[in-house]
Amino acid sequence: MTPNIKDKQPRDVEIAVFQYAVAIVFLWLLTGFWELQVRDPEFYEARAARNSVKSLPVLAPRGKILDREGRILVDNLPSFHAVLSIDDLNPDNYQLIAEGLSLADGDIEARVRQAKEEQGPEYLKVTIKEHLSEAEIAFLEAHRVELREVELVLSQRRLYPRGGVGAHVLGYVGEISERELNQHDFVLYKSGTEIGKSGIERQYENALRGADGSRLVLVDSRSRRIRDLDLVEPVAGQNLRLTLDADLQAVAELALEGRRGAVVALDPNNGELLVVTSSPAFDLNKLIGGISRADWGRVLADPDKPLLNRATQAQRAPGSIFKPIVGLAAVAAGAVDPDFKVLCKGGATFYDRYFRCHTAAGHGWVNLESAMVHSCDVYFYTIGHEVGIDKIAEYARIAGFGDVTHVDLPAEERGLLPSSSWKIRYYRDKWYAGETISVAIGQGALTVTPLQAAYALGGLAAGGVWHRPHLLSYDQRKRIDPDFERPEPSRLDIEPKHLDALIRGLRGVITEGTGARAALPGYDVCGKTGTAQRVSRRFAENNTDPRYFDDAWFVGFAPCVEPEIMVTALWENGEHGPMAGPIVRDVIKAYFDKKRRRAWDRATQPPRPPTPGDPSNLSAASLEAER
Amino acid sequence: MRHESAIKDFDWPLMALAFLISGLGVLEIYSAAGATAWQDAYLRQIFWVALGFVLLWISSGVDYHWLVGQSPAFYGVTIAGLLAVWAFGPTINGSQRWLPVFGGFNLQVSEFAKVVLVLLVARLFSELPKGGLKVVGLLKGGAIFCVPWLLVLRQPDLSTSLSYVPIFGIGVLLGGLRWKYVSIGVLVALLMLPLVWRSLEPYQQSRLTTFMDPEQDPRGEGYQSLQSKIAVGAGGIWGQGFARGSQTQLRFLPVPHTDFVFAAYAEETGFVGVTLALTLYFALLMRIVHNAQTASDSQGMLVCMGVAALLLFHIVVNVGMVVNKMPVTGIPLPLMSYGGSSTLTTFLLLGLVNNVRMRRFAN
Repeated sequence: MTPNIKDKQPRDVEIAVFQYAVAIVFLWLLTGFWELQVRDPEFYEARAARNSVKSLPVLAPRGKILDREGRILVDNLPSFHAVLSIDDLNPDNYQLIAEGLSLADGDIEARVRQAKEEQGPEYLKVTIKEHLSEAEIAFLEAHRVELREVELVLSQRRLYPRGGVGAHVLGYVGEISERELNQHDFVLYKSGTEIGKSGIERQYENALRGADGSRLVLVDSRSRRIRDLDLVEPVAGQNLRLTLDADLQAVAELALEGRRGAVVALDPNNGELLVVTSSPAFDLNKLIGGISRADWGRVLADPDKPLLNRATQAQRAPGSIFKPIVGLAAVAAGAVDPDFKVLCKGGATFYDRYFRCHTAAGHGWVNLESAMVHSCDVYFYTIGHEVGIDKIAEYARIAGFGDVTHVDLPAEERGLLPSSSWKIRYYRDKWYAGETISVAIGQGALTVTPLQAAYALGGLAAGGVWHRPHLLSYDQRKRIDPDFERPEPSRLDIEPKHLDALIRGLRGVITEGTGARAALPGYDVCGKTGTAQRVSRRFAENNTDPRYFDDAWFVGFAPCVEPEIMVTALWENGEHGPMAGPIVRDVIKAYFDKKRRRAWDRATQPPRPPTPGDPSNLSAASLEAER
Repeated sequence: MRHESAIKDFDWPLMALAFLISGLGVLEIYSAAGATAWQDAYLRQIFWVALGFVLLWISSGVDYHWLVGQSPAFYGVTIAGLLAVWAFGPTINGSQRWLPVFGGFNLQVSEFAKVVLVLLVARLFSELPKGGLKVVGLLKGGAIFCVPWLLVLRQPDLSTSLSYVPIFGIGVLLGGLRWKYVSIGVLVALLMLPLVWRSLEPYQQSRLTTFMDPEQDPRGEGYQSLQSKIAVGAGGIWGQGFARGSQTQLRFLPVPHTDFVFAAYAEETGFVGVTLALTLYFALLMRIVHNAQTASDSQGMLVCMGVAALLLFHIVVNVGMVVNKMPVTGIPLPLMSYGGSSTLTTFLLLGLVNNVRMRRFAN
């Protein structure tokens, strides 16, 4: 070491060390750039692109739902969602937003958390409320400056121009649930998506949905749009024209109002459903924009189960409306002749047990026709006993009982058609002949849905041809699903003599029997009443709870020969089958009134040019004009 | 006879390097701050660079021996300035760093303190007794150094205060400190690390931890380093092109015209551009070291080496931060980052080097 630094003695060693240190440090820095820019640039280029290029959905408008005459049942209306931009998130504002949009405490936090989980750390936007009301939009407009993070995004909402008509059939849309996200059908869906939850909306979700488009957008670090890079146009959902008749549907709903029950009307010649209604119903318009949790809980807890579509999901004993099927089984299987007579003395004993007829006085000598007219139980006990449970089950199955009708609605129930093999399979026990006696009058283990009843008796009325009930015409089905194959109707050759006896009996029900309330002057109407016990007679006598009252059923069709319309009404706990008659009568009357008016119009007005052939492509404007 | 300063004695290679690097800086500031509130920043930076060259020229006219001799007085003024910042400085973003002066400009006294410290260190360690630096001398120098250091640390401005350390360090090393003391010092510093860690503010601690793993919080503390890394990587070999880096232009990169200017530059010019810039910086440092070697006395040598150490510290910390080899700090990159105080200070420091160069044949 040089002791005196004042001499001109440069610190050569130290300076050389410094020079080498600088060189090493610079090389070290350069390796940093080498690693990022030369060795692995694609990774960071992709990261940079992911930063700045975002794919935003362009929502496809959902298809409209129309009735058979092209009248709009479900429409779309522009609507706004409130969307939170994550980059500008300010938790201090949550309180204000929650108040302005009437959200519950913690709702926003929950949605943000969920979005973080799903979209990862690069998540962009969270929808905090769908379908804002006018007041909520006004609130956001007024707080534009403070709440920079909240944006209004245009979307569509469902509109029901005919109010609550057909609520159960049409179904509703709502945000996809956690459970649905895990289902196979929704494997490609993202949370927050609005999907069909029930009814036609659910059944034809794929066709109605269309395909959302997307927009590739160049955004800056605050997610502001710089410019569009690419646009994939959305494909609008397909409009569906149902076989329902809005007029008949409204008549049926009015007739059923205030009661629990269901009405189904169909054209037995092709299976097209004209009316499918269930009561009590829910107001579709109230479900849009997200029903509050409390209200929804009330709907779910309602003992009247308004969400249940009783037309396809109520499984109740059919009572006497099953008798035509038993009669068919007995004569078709050759167990008895239509002229076979039974003496009714107000009851009869089978297998040491006394079975009562519904009138203690008895019906005297009855054959198939008159037993049907007066719904004589003793006659049907007897022929049921003669033909046996397995023949009854065989013919009832041909008529569609005990299985789904494959109607195009979700979650259809199949009812229960008992037989000896069913008994062995489910109870490991043999069938006791006494059980047949109950089934012969539509009681016992037997349960059916109103749709099954309409299908079964409609096919019988049509002379033994059962066309599958459906809400979307087969032509349209084929268009939305090329793999769809038109199902063949199931057929049964019924001897004209047998059919004639059955029809005469069903006509007599209206003209002189239990179904007089469904009579329609000037029209040839057939029908059958049904009063189905809910519980054993002894239990019912000691119990005044209306829920144990008998169910009232009525099936009716017109004209009696070559029928055009078949109507089934179920009035739960309506006590007496005949009481359901007026409901059926109203629908049949409305059908013929319409038909007559149309014939009148055609006769008095010059012919109009034919309407465009493709109903699913009708624009709203042309539909308006058509009305 | 004193050799008179003349334009022809200027260190023209040094000046050319400074000019080139400043030019790259101005271009990148223009590119990165275009269409933002800072779109005129490049014009102001041109002004600062021009003013810097003027300051360099003026300061070269004054013999550095006189400047070193007056350094205790400058030191006093600086301490007074730092105290004034403490007393009158407005608190901006939670720290007191600026002294409002004429025309709405804010003077960052701690920047100019660097020049003073370089001069003071040259004075302290060029007048050493026989046998090299002793403990007493070291403690005396340390005490003098600690006053401004603590004043800056309390602003708080950890990174600027840290940048004083290499000035002192190089002085101690070149002043004749025995290697024995150096190793003891390093050992003590290592043992002190846990204590230092505990004394750090939570935000400083989290910066260091996210520096270790920026992905752990990509939207929070790690955001800046992650975005910087993405920007650099997206540059590739040839770069995205001038004013075409998406990270820079779409402002994913934070403060692309000041602290992260080199990340923006790396995105737009790629590895090629980075190599060019680092080569220029390396050449600049080597030129300064060369001037230290050719200085006419130890004062001149210490001045040059102090400047070299200070600039090296800035470059390593800033560029290291850009490639995630250093934690995120607010240290600007000399000559490239936008900013008046930083640019002018750098030119004053280069002026000192030029000063030494011009007088290398004196005595």
